[in-house]
Amino acid sequence: MKNRTKKISTLLLPLLLLVGCNTDETQTVVNFTELVMQDEFDTDGAPNSTLWKSEIGTGVNGWGNNELQYYTDRSENVKVENGVLLITANEESFEGSSYTSARLITDGLFEQQYGRFEARIRLPYGQGVWPAFWMLGAYDDGTIWPNIGEIDIMEFRGQEPTTILGSVHGPGYSGGAAISKSFTLQNDRFDTGFHIFGIEWGPAYVNFYVDDILYNQITPEDVTGEWVFDHPFYILMNVAVGGSFVGAPNEETNFPQSMLVDYVRVYKNAN
Amino acid sequence: MKNIHYTNTRFSLLLAFIFSVFASCERDVSDDVAFATFPATGDIFTDTPVGLGTNFYFPYGPSPENPPGSKPTAWSVDDEVSFIGEASMRFDVPNADDPEGNFAGAIFRIDGEGSGRDLSGFDALTFYAKASQNVNIGEFGFGEDFGENKYVVTRQNVALTTNWVKYTIPIPDPSKLVRERGMFRYSAGAVDGLGFTFWVDELRFEKLGTIAQPQPAIFNGNDLVQQTFNGSNILINGLTQTYNLESGINQTVVAAPSYFTFSSSDPDVAQVSELGAVSVVGPGTSEITAILAGVRAKGSLAVTSTGTITSAPVPTAPAAEVISLFSNQYTNVPVDTFRADFGSTGFSEITVNGDDFKFYSSLDFVGIQFQNPTIDATGKSSLFLDIYTNDVASGNFQIQVRDRGANGQLDTDIFTGNPIEDDAEVRLDLTPAELPVGQWITVEIPLNGNLAAQKNNLAQIVFVGGIDFLLDNVYIR
Repeated sequence: MKNRTKKISTLLLPLLLLVGCNTDETQTVVNFTELVMQDEFDTDGAPNSTLWKSEIGTGVNGWGNNELQYYTDRSENVKVENGVLLITANEESFEGSSYTSARLITDGLFEQQYGRFEARIRLPYGQGVWPAFWMLGAYDDGTIWPNIGEIDIMEFRGQEPTTILGSVHGPGYSGGAAISKSFTLQNDRFDTGFHIFGIEWGPAYVNFYVDDILYNQITPEDVTGEWVFDHPFYILMNVAVGGSFVGAPNEETNFPQSMLVDYVRVYKNAN
Repeated sequence: MKNIHYTNTRFSLLLAFIFSVFASCERDVSDDVAFATFPATGDIFTDTPVGLGTNFYFPYGPSPENPPGSKPTAWSVDDEVSFIGEASMRFDVPNADDPEGNFAGAIFRIDGEGSGRDLSGFDALTFYAKASQNVNIGEFGFGEDFGENKYVVTRQNVALTTNWVKYTIPIPDPSKLVRERGMFRYSAGAVDGLGFTFWVDELRFEKLGTIAQPQPAIFNGNDLVQQTFNGSNILINGLTQTYNLESGINQTVVAAPSYFTFSSSDPDVAQVSELGAVSVVGPGTSEITAILAGVRAKGSLAVTSTGTITSAPVPTAPAAEVISLFSNQYTNVPVDTFRADFGSTGFSEITVNGDDFKFYSSLDFVGIQFQNPTIDATGKSSLFLDIYTNDVASGNFQIQVRDRGANGQLDTDIFTGNPIEDDAEVRLDLTPAELPVGQWITVEIPLNGNLAAQKNNLAQIVFVGGIDFLLDNVYIR
């Protein structure tokens, strides 16, 4: 019995020290250690225009998903304040839509092939609220979705406050047929505190993680079509309202609803 | 495992080191901790009652409103049925005509005057439940101790199915519950007169961590406006707390006033007690609001006092000679409504120093209706009522008294307001000179003219005019 006790004691120390204080925001990942882009959102006002631009309007068929919001670049919908980026969905009559919100993209401003992409975000909540942190393939030769590829680092249904989804879309596996996996928090929610959402993306794999938990890896064997993730992608962040993925808001959905982004950081392989 | 002894000194030191490292990660110990000396036990029933002592089950007894009371034997421990383990709590809701009690309901209170639990570390009461049929249970909750009942929480109309389902009752503000004896309460009635059975298992307070986005409310979230007078009392009602659960559902519970902190924007006009009783003390306007656990509650009351009010003259007619619709002096007959809403007249019921009034504001048309039953005024000569106004009327103030006739309904020309079909009516106009301001006047409306031969189905009184007024002592003699 004594021997067993000793064994436990020597094993316990490092283990307990590790789980004792786990509020550290930084991740230690082996490969992608060279920081190449970061926005800490430390300057109040409009988002940094050398990195982000706003998409405006309703797209085609509500950005392809029957979404209900009109995207603007007004400060009511997107601004940096108190060290965070706020993307806010409002219920208001605007240009024929019943809701407004914002969608930031780095298309043409920051594009990268492979790397570690992560953001620290506090999500909004409520039926019909659909925030996302995601990427699309950067092409200017007329290639169209889904052939350009789409990596959804984080998508969230406001009516499921403890669950996010990470997905890839490509030819033969797009929309409802995307390769996807959900991650559910235990004894916590995504709308009450900040969480880190990220991917590690390299040749022939995309790893998905939340905070310090790697919850999925998608490889060419997992997708039911051509692997379209070997070219530069750009980043998108938005809060959609309604649409086929979440359904419409109801009378219990409180507006405004804001997504708070503490930072966006992108790393590349240091080797 | 019992045999493991920590005799190894090296291990003990290591353990101490680990704890010290741990402690450095925790927040500083708050002064409040010193008060929390009661056990932080969450379990209430697993396979047996947990930590409740011997004498913990107290059924709701007979009351003036319901003389039979609840059936004392409704609760038992069922060794045949359980969600987890060996047993569950079984509740046999009696038939509505059961002489031993016409519903099932009780509190589970920890035994012993000095007992209690510190529930401040939990965020919800949870349990699994199922029933012998799909049924709505009137109330589940906790915090009732048959003492102050200070922190009662109720989830109403809980739909049970025939399968085990987990139910969550969020705690409106856990920090209040440093010592609570009322662990559980329930109230359930028969369905269409017939009893049924339901089971509850794994009943406990839990820290779910997924209870969030509080939306407290007073007055059910409505912003109310009320005109009144010094000395009146208004009880804040519609007190609720709503949390968004892990399921995404917004769960509302009824919360006792003591969870809220009330405030009055002008204490010289109105003051609010800890129990949500508003006392109007001076002229002016004050806004009554509340905070629950740091969150401003939806809903408010803008109360305006126009100053002091004297009571109406006490009627002197012998009770045996009158049919009273509204008076503290007499026993009143049933009235369907004092605000049959034909227009936009404001209406409130005011109590000043124990005397009740009806207050009508911005009068256009408003009616008092009494059709269940109608009043047979045969043999009576007049309708009397007391009116008080501070407004100088710009035109006539009219009082209409209607008999609805034998056909069982009020028949009114919607364009003129005149009676049609078999209805009959008298009208009395008061000129501005006949309605002096700042004093009570007693108005007599003789039941003659069209009502002389038809006053056995009186059903409605209508006021028409452009004033605010108080009404008291409405009776027929």
